[in-house]
Amino acid sequence: MKDNLYKYILGIADNSLILGQRMGELCGHGPSLETDIACTNISLDLFGQVRSYYQYASKIAGDGRTEDDIAMLRKEREYLNVLLVEQPNNDFAYTMARHFLFDVYHFLFLTELQKSKDLTLAAIATKSLKEVSYHQRFSSDWIKRLGDGTDESQQKMQTAIDFLWTYTDELFHQTEADKAMVSEGIGVDVTKLKQAYYSKVNSILEESTLIIPESKYFQKGGKQGIHTEHMGYLLTELQYMQRAYPNMEW
Amino acid sequence: MSEEQVKNLEKQFEERIARDEKIEPKDWMPEKYRQTHIRQMSQHAHSEIVGMLPEGNWITRAPSLRRKVALLAKVQDEAGHGLYLYSACETLGISRDELYEQLHSGKAKYSSIFNYPTVTWADMGAIGWLVDGAAIINQVPLCSTSFGPYARAMVRVCKEESFHQRQGYEIMIKLANGTPEQKDMAQDALNRWWWPSLMMLGPTDAESIHTEQSMKWKLKRKSNDELRQQFIDQTVPQADLIGLTIPDPDLKWNEERQSYDFGEINWDEFWQVVKGHGPMNKERMKARVGAWEGGEWVRDAAMAHAEKQQERKEKQAV
Repeated sequence: MKDNLYKYILGIADNSLILGQRMGELCGHGPSLETDIACTNISLDLFGQVRSYYQYASKIAGDGRTEDDIAMLRKEREYLNVLLVEQPNNDFAYTMARHFLFDVYHFLFLTELQKSKDLTLAAIATKSLKEVSYHQRFSSDWIKRLGDGTDESQQKMQTAIDFLWTYTDELFHQTEADKAMVSEGIGVDVTKLKQAYYSKVNSILEESTLIIPESKYFQKGGKQGIHTEHMGYLLTELQYMQRAYPNMEW
Repeated sequence: MSEEQVKNLEKQFEERIARDEKIEPKDWMPEKYRQTHIRQMSQHAHSEIVGMLPEGNWITRAPSLRRKVALLAKVQDEAGHGLYLYSACETLGISRDELYEQLHSGKAKYSSIFNYPTVTWADMGAIGWLVDGAAIINQVPLCSTSFGPYARAMVRVCKEESFHQRQGYEIMIKLANGTPEQKDMAQDALNRWWWPSLMMLGPTDAESIHTEQSMKWKLKRKSNDELRQQFIDQTVPQADLIGLTIPDPDLKWNEERQSYDFGEINWDEFWQVVKGHGPMNKERMKARVGAWEGGEWVRDAAMAHAEKQQERKEKQAV
């Protein structure tokens, strides 16, 4: 139970950690001051959530590891985030499409997690949901603006959606820890979110005059710690200080 | 308007300022007042925006989650300062796009301190402690400057800057009390940021061209040299307290003046950086211009989308 709960928390937290890290890369480089502020704010929200989850995980693990040890000192194969969130900021369309495809899931997921029998997770979910409903609105608005904007923006957004689509199915895969936690009434059965997810995503894409990808081929592996080639570089930055100056306080 | 009428208006204007009344955007003002304010406020806004870059450089590598969150919040504050300073500037009849154009073409300046690189984590501490510390000394008097929108913006900016300064000093305290390696890192950062922070308060009074007029309009309350002395007197005890050494062999308490004497500032270096030849001038501009040009298609799309929405609304109304 303890081991499953620990892994379950990491599965949730790692998504926010890696996505927050990606959004943090953009700080100071956004297409406008307003988007810069919003992206930094979203990154800030995600890292705030991450801290709550890892502090809880640290308590569950009970082996003296701190939130930072858990966040920054695992090996790549031990990170359990979905492949979607580690995809790079190729351009603003990729950034927003990645965010949108995750936000819709994140919102549905947290809505259910609020009902968890684990009161700590339920409380984090309730607090995070307020932030994520804003994230979802922000990214959905940008899908609409870029999809139904100029020819150039539409083409760029379509390219991003087509590329990232392959990573959406993994959101609904269950790990062993997930299954165990669902049976305990702690975890969310993600398989049940799938229909609502694609229905919401598809309706926004349609409203944005974008074509819903038809590909039936999907990528998976993140939840088992098998990541894309981008992940190692992302972790190199994330872990730099902890690796270069071990056992110090900051 | 006759020459006499203009003179009369100018006289009334100067009297209002002398009475500590605020000048608001729609009030009559001399053209030079308008231009001076556009120049100074935009320079300030640009400094906030360019200033996001050296600190943004460490967001992905912050050593702990707590530090990462604090750094993100700080950089976000700076973007916010930029936003309302640009807005305050726009009340004087210039657009944000024009202001960006001036920054990108090199016509408008920004604080030279941001042309130095952030090479270690301790630089995040040094910037907060020294750079924000110097900025506060510059900016607190502006909370009562004559132009209303600027004065009001500065009240909020100063509150946040003072929080940043404490945050930066707290990073330094932690390092100074840490391992020998951490202490070295803190000392090294102080060595590199000390002199540029002193230069940040502007050229010596003898070389400063704007001071007299700015004093009259309450854009300035003290001269650059006075501000610099205030900064040094305030900061030296803070360094002492955490066991760091100010990198100035000539620094000495002057009992008679009740102030620190300090060494010669390398003004050649200052002018070199101001003229665009500092270690990071080209990189900083490349990043800003790159973000602006690279984001053009995004801004165009947002405009096109808004227009389409408007058209749809109008069609529905018919």
